[in-house]
Amino acid sequence: MITAERKPLEELIQYIKPFKRILLLGCNECVTVCAAGGRKEVGLLASGLQMAMLKAGSNIEIRQHTLERQCDPEYVEELVPMIDGADAIMSMACGCGVQQLAMRFKDKPVFPAVNTKFMGASEKQGVWAERCQGCGNCLLGATGGICPIARCAKQLMNGPCGGSTSGKCEISEDVECAWQLIWDRLKALNLTDRYLDIMPAKDWRPAGGSGPRKIIREDLAE
Amino acid sequence: MENFEPVIVAFCCHYCAYTAADMAGSQRLPYPTNVKIIRIPCSGKIDALHLVKAFEKGADGVYVAGCLEGDCHFKNGNTKAARRVAYVKQYLEEIGIEGERLEMVNMSAGMGDRFAQTATEMTEKIRKLGPSPIRAAMAV
Amino acid sequence: MKTESRLEKVLAAGHLAVTAECGPPRGAQPEKVRQNARHLIGVCDAVNVTDNQTAMVRMSSLAASVIIKQEGLDPLFQVTSRDRNRLAMQADIIGAYSLGINTMLCLSGDHTKFGDHPMAMNVHDIDSMQMIQMVCDMRDKGIFQGGAEMKVPPKMFVGAAANPFADPFELRVMRLAKKIAAGADFVQTQCIFNVEKFEKWMEGVREMGLHKKCYILAGVTPCKSLGAAKYMANRVPGMDVPKEIVDRMASVPKEKQAEEGVTICVETIERLKKVEGVAGFHIMAIEWEEKVPEICERAGLLPRPQV
Repeated sequence: MITAERKPLEELIQYIKPFKRILLLGCNECVTVCAAGGRKEVGLLASGLQMAMLKAGSNIEIRQHTLERQCDPEYVEELVPMIDGADAIMSMACGCGVQQLAMRFKDKPVFPAVNTKFMGASEKQGVWAERCQGCGNCLLGATGGICPIARCAKQLMNGPCGGSTSGKCEISEDVECAWQLIWDRLKALNLTDRYLDIMPAKDWRPAGGSGPRKIIREDLAE
Repeated sequence: MENFEPVIVAFCCHYCAYTAADMAGSQRLPYPTNVKIIRIPCSGKIDALHLVKAFEKGADGVYVAGCLEGDCHFKNGNTKAARRVAYVKQYLEEIGIEGERLEMVNMSAGMGDRFAQTATEMTEKIRKLGPSPIRAAMAV
Repeated sequence: MKTESRLEKVLAAGHLAVTAECGPPRGAQPEKVRQNARHLIGVCDAVNVTDNQTAMVRMSSLAASVIIKQEGLDPLFQVTSRDRNRLAMQADIIGAYSLGINTMLCLSGDHTKFGDHPMAMNVHDIDSMQMIQMVCDMRDKGIFQGGAEMKVPPKMFVGAAANPFADPFELRVMRLAKKIAAGADFVQTQCIFNVEKFEKWMEGVREMGLHKKCYILAGVTPCKSLGAAKYMANRVPGMDVPKEIVDRMASVPKEKQAEEGVTICVETIERLKKVEGVAGFHIMAIEWEEKVPEICERAGLLPRPQV
């Protein structure tokens, strides 16, 4: 999922201060899974903001609503009846959702309530870790299913570097050395000979090196 | 606020804290009427949203009372509750409410005196702190 | 000879080579570079010039290499993949060769987290392995990394780093094999205190015949003090300093520790001379360059051969 974390309340208050009626929008997908912007978090944030504004002597109306997803225009369209009742929108979705709202409601100020972080997976409840950086040319088949771009601090394709210590990355004991993980996988799969293959320099164009990316499916797009 | 009487909400787990409250009652142990008890099946049932909403509705103090460590009827509901209480305490500070208005306490079913003592202590602590800034703002 | 590098000539002639290290200053202080470099005249075959070492910004290794060359020494230009993309790397390498630099080392580089700009991006457009390939293709095939032909290729004697002490140990020999397959002409190892472990690595190296395909320079460092020894033992990732060494440094009073550190270094070199496959030594005495002549003298590495 795409992970995110709520921005500090102070920052959010600065965004909503000039307005009287806010529409606070959650998203039922990724940010729900990482407990950052789902229905419950919308409730928590609305309550917190309401109290903070009340304390500051300001009466603000915060309407709560959670969409199935904010990254599809069909769902965003559901907001049309609610939009006139709001002076500004604050979205708890990832950056994709926030932008979708801004593009649809061109004359409404739109603010992000969360900092979008990374594409990751749950390690266990409450812990999410980075797994993918969307390089556009997946090489997981060659590395036993462990990504050296997302999980190696230096994105080495022919690692490990000389700082790998007891399976941990030189930058922190809390970070596993991706190449140790890859090596362990190659061993488990009896593919250790593959380690000798040199991975050539990566073409970063599919990774965004040639500008913002788009996928067009001609069979699906009208 | 003149003659400030704190409003304290106590989320009490059925198996320990609520039973302790009953015990206090049957032992005729006095405790302040400021404390409004809400019975929940386990302290682990408590969600951050319940705690925050209590303050939004004007509570001056809130506590979650669960079983003693290691004795939770549902294994570890009380440890989950403790983590959530800690999380909300920080959130309260962000909002501008003193974190000490929210506490986690543990007691066993037989500790009627502890229930009464906790209720009394919490009420007095909040009385000294004064009305919650939200309640104060609502009064204006 | 692939290049005009003095280091290549010394190694090809079968002598034990000696390289030393010089860290550029944290400011526009060319005189400091000259002062440090002067200690090394006549004492080594090449001088490594580090590239923003430990991710702390310093005078560029290219500029410092040029200054060192002007002093009459042979710079060993270090390039990390951390700070620049492949365009900038190739440009710097062509530039370096155009200024008379003919020996270089390809490295990944310490993570920015360790330095004074933790907020900076770690570029790593290509890694050290791919850099070796790139430079060798420039030199041997006369092409840029992107494939186009180049006018006058830089003829660099290409080195890489090797760390027998990092984990996982079991693939450290294969890693050397990979670097050699990529084209590395020589490697310099991380500084050796644990000679047994190094010997174990060399066994694996010899088994694969790697010592015949690539010159292996054993790295050594003199400990300046007990504090320095402890720091290297505990705080530097990928370094192995056995307890005996730290204890030995501790057993000597403070005023004598520097001397003891130098003695340990010299003894280590003597032990390493006996290891088959060691083609020379890389003496890292950063900010202590004045000790290198003494170390080389006592280890019987002087005078440097005429080639």
